[in-house]
Amino acid sequence: MSNTFKIGGVHPNPSKLTANRAIEPAALPVQAVFPLSQHIGAPAVPCVAKGDQVLVGTVIAQPGGFMSAAIHSSVSGKVAKIDTVIDASGQRKPAIFIDVQGDEWDPSIDRSTTLVQQLNLTKEEIIERIKNAGVVGMGGACFPTHVKLCPPPTCKIDTLIINAVECEPYLTADHRLMLEYPDQIIVGVRIIMKALGIDRAVIGIEENKPDAIELLQRKVMMVSGIEVMPLKMKYPQGGEKQLIEAVTGRQVPPPPALPANVGCVVQNVGTVYAIYEAVIKNKPLIERIVTVTGDSVKNPCNLKVRMGTPVSQIIEQAGGMPEDTGKLLSGGPMMGRPLLGADAPVVKGTSGILMLPEKVAERREERNCIRCAKCVDACPMGLEPYKLATATQQQDWEKCEQEWILSCIECGCCQSTCPSRRPLLDWIRLSKNKVNGIVRARQAKK
Amino acid sequence: MSPILTAILVLGAIGLILGLVLFLVAKKFHVDEDPRVGQIIEILPGANCGGCGYPGCAGFAQACVNSDSMDGLKCSVCKSEVMQQIAAITGHAVQESLPKVAVVRCNGSCQNRPRVNTYDGARSCAVAALQTGGETGCFYGCLGCGDCVSACKFDAIHMDPETGLPVVDQDKCTACGACAKACPRNIIELRNRNKLDRRVYVSCVNKDKGPVAKKACSAACIGCGKCVKACPFEAISLENNLAYIDFEKCRLCRKCVDECPQHTILAVNFPPKKVVTEQPAADAQPTVAPAQDQEQKNS
Repeated sequence: MSNTFKIGGVHPNPSKLTANRAIEPAALPVQAVFPLSQHIGAPAVPCVAKGDQVLVGTVIAQPGGFMSAAIHSSVSGKVAKIDTVIDASGQRKPAIFIDVQGDEWDPSIDRSTTLVQQLNLTKEEIIERIKNAGVVGMGGACFPTHVKLCPPPTCKIDTLIINAVECEPYLTADHRLMLEYPDQIIVGVRIIMKALGIDRAVIGIEENKPDAIELLQRKVMMVSGIEVMPLKMKYPQGGEKQLIEAVTGRQVPPPPALPANVGCVVQNVGTVYAIYEAVIKNKPLIERIVTVTGDSVKNPCNLKVRMGTPVSQIIEQAGGMPEDTGKLLSGGPMMGRPLLGADAPVVKGTSGILMLPEKVAERREERNCIRCAKCVDACPMGLEPYKLATATQQQDWEKCEQEWILSCIECGCCQSTCPSRRPLLDWIRLSKNKVNGIVRARQAKK
Repeated sequence: MSPILTAILVLGAIGLILGLVLFLVAKKFHVDEDPRVGQIIEILPGANCGGCGYPGCAGFAQACVNSDSMDGLKCSVCKSEVMQQIAAITGHAVQESLPKVAVVRCNGSCQNRPRVNTYDGARSCAVAALQTGGETGCFYGCLGCGDCVSACKFDAIHMDPETGLPVVDQDKCTACGACAKACPRNIIELRNRNKLDRRVYVSCVNKDKGPVAKKACSAACIGCGKCVKACPFEAISLENNLAYIDFEKCRLCRKCVDECPQHTILAVNFPPKKVVTEQPAADAQPTVAPAQDQEQKNS
């Protein structure tokens, strides 16, 4: 019996249409757009001006604080303007626009595909390189990786967990990455282990990817300290806290506690690959694997896309947007965010582009809560979503806080199980935002 | 003794004892409440709208009695006579303030502002503002989910099904500011009322540059600055591509209304203008007409 987390969870249809499609390179865009806030934390500060020439790998924006990440140009050409663009959040955000001219790379980047195993860097040098490369969590939350690799000194880390679960339906970007770059990932895991100064790492993979489990198990046989753990299929196993529970059996206490408090650091497998490229090849985070998929998409595929490429272009490469598309999502169907248009650029957190047909995407009319408690059963954090949604509607922020709203991971299990089709997550997101503001104001006062 | 008599005696005795206990407790724990608080609560409207900034009418009455002057204390629902009465009770002078009314500064009706996508989440402006930029190309305008309507305790604001915009009922509006607080886009503003309820205001909050704003909404302020030049009283300021009319300085001359190429500046409750010899452009006419009509209907 494989491991999994204990409470809650749902079993959506996996629909992994692109699991057998090899990663193809996407075409270069005509104009690349780089929003300045592609990560959690302070937005980056642009360090180029209109008319500047940039190469692939040139820093175009510096981190705006400790909790921030640098942004590099993924194309060569001229800075056209610094303006606003509608990104995946649906808001207008400042961004740098670069007109593409040719494809000239910064000479310091090693573009060869040879696998380098030796690692003669110290802990600090590794973290410095990761920071300079602008690596953020590639699972979707975009947490700056160098911050995660510097846990508070009071916490003793003993386990590194590699998140290769990919529990979100439709997405196969991590799955293909593991099949095509297993050696690089193993080296990447060793780099992180060295940066954290620990000797145990566990790669958690869901059982619906037997080929990846088998391949990585063969690869880690020769490496000490790394273990591949098959996990039972259940959404949201890719959530940080759920994965820690599934792998180690430890439970992360509610916020402000961090996974580091229970001795774990979790990194997405895509991040591991980006760390390998940043540390060994000196290549900043300028490309990522994006799954372009949907039930009626002509040619669903996994593409290696340069950051800043407009979504419309990679949709063209997948055979164009089907006529019956009702919703265009950035990410998977559970946690993905709807895009307001196909002009939005691919950013560091874009794991997939999903085109849902209208009859699937349509939200039907909302009814009253029938107190069936399905949302309570489904919540992997043990919350009571129906209560939180009602308290939000009554604007009772105090009650929301008492009911642990800040523990919500916004996985969407409650909303997907609700027979009355109540938009529970929408309400919870609102009160989470409000309560976060209240808590922050309270801390500032102290 | 008959059982009935026993029962009466026992119950009567219990009642007497308990009554005595209650009397003693009430005497012992008696709280001296300022009688003025009760008097003020009686004249207050009792809507508990929170427009004064205190938790309900009782909270406001307490604040009136406790404070040394009436500065900053104003029941937005009451007429000035009631405030005078409160002042007489507390013994402080009351400051005169002009009555106000809520004004919706967005004219992005379905006609002016084409829908470019659909929002199907929770029907709340606050949620919609958090998750998306709205259903139109305008990132500043009304979201149309009616948070202001549910915030109003006086039934003074309603969604117009035709335009998809909220309309304020001027007779019912008490300017408590609940709708302005509920609006995540800060569209609703409290503006001074005058005798005939005449108002001239910029019905737009879009801070985008001209071409972007114009593309999103045909009634958007494009920040051209013509109104600023036209105003003889220096009442109009232009900031972040958006004109704003200061209601303290505005003398309602309406020169800006004629000058605005986008018909963004609205003049309400004025008598219909005499027919001008020069006919305005035919396509521009309907953009401003519906909103004016709406406001006049309600006035």
